[in-house]
Amino acid sequence: MMSSSDHKHDHFHEDHESLVVEDDAGNLEGQIIIDALQDVLVTRGLLTAPEVLKEIEKLESPGVHLGAKIVARAWSDPDYKAALLKNGKQAIGDIGITVGEAQIIVVENTKKTHNLITCTLCSCYPRSILGQPPSWYISKAYRARAVREPRKVLAEFGTVLPDEMELIVHDSNADMRYLVLPEPPERALDMNGTEMEALVTRDRLIGVIR
Amino acid sequence: MGIAACDRQFHPGDRVKVRHLGKAGHVRIPFYVRGKRGEIVNFCGRYLNPEDLAVGNTSGPAIDLYRVKFAQRDLWLDKEIPEHDYLVIEIYDHWLSSLESSEGRR
Repeated sequence: MMSSSDHKHDHFHEDHESLVVEDDAGNLEGQIIIDALQDVLVTRGLLTAPEVLKEIEKLESPGVHLGAKIVARAWSDPDYKAALLKNGKQAIGDIGITVGEAQIIVVENTKKTHNLITCTLCSCYPRSILGQPPSWYISKAYRARAVREPRKVLAEFGTVLPDEMELIVHDSNADMRYLVLPEPPERALDMNGTEMEALVTRDRLIGVIR
Repeated sequence: MGIAACDRQFHPGDRVKVRHLGKAGHVRIPFYVRGKRGEIVNFCGRYLNPEDLAVGNTSGPAIDLYRVKFAQRDLWLDKEIPEHDYLVIEIYDHWLSSLESSEGRR
């Protein structure tokens, strides 16, 4: 088995920042370390394998479908929208979605204001309502450029903001997590909840798409 | 949050400056806002200090956390940036000084 000290750094992690670094034989560096750590913890009786599986399931079960449900509800119910903007965690809990984060701050996109979310220091993300973040969200390029030249980053996502539109970038650096409440497209007004949910994509909830 | 407003050092609209504490370790205040002037948006509650948590000190004290708004022009000293572009970030109380105090003007 290859140990991490044998791992020759003949490639640059910075270029692509892939989440999975696999060698030619299919060994995953991170997996080898995790397996060794789990072995030790299980042997010492500090952890059981089913507990690990349960945690993995907990991490992987939330997804953007939860965020879509929250937004569709806010689009169709003005009272709910007001409650969501006032106290995100409580309003999300009220429709049966468990929020693991300390607080969810919901920021509203309007005709005159656009909001964009990033985490410059790591990869803070409202995981309990959106699942795991996309790899570009974790990349150093996005994290640095989202605060330094956000309009340029948005344009690369195809979102060209008019000059007169206010832009607010939220750096999720501490205990709060953020959710963008996008503006409903006009056609959403005639839709039912399920149809509306289909319009709510992950990138809209991060604010890279309007 | 159950914490009386009068117990807090800052209130929405207050002008503040981010301190240069020069602390090592797990510090959650990025360099690009240090020394910069901004405005309190809201109080977020009291949270354990990540600088303590990172070294296993979970006994507190909990620190007031605020969301603070900065003009992007002030952060990057770039006149090309529209004046209605802002950045909002969370700052713990001990990293903030009031711009009304002598320390803030320094």
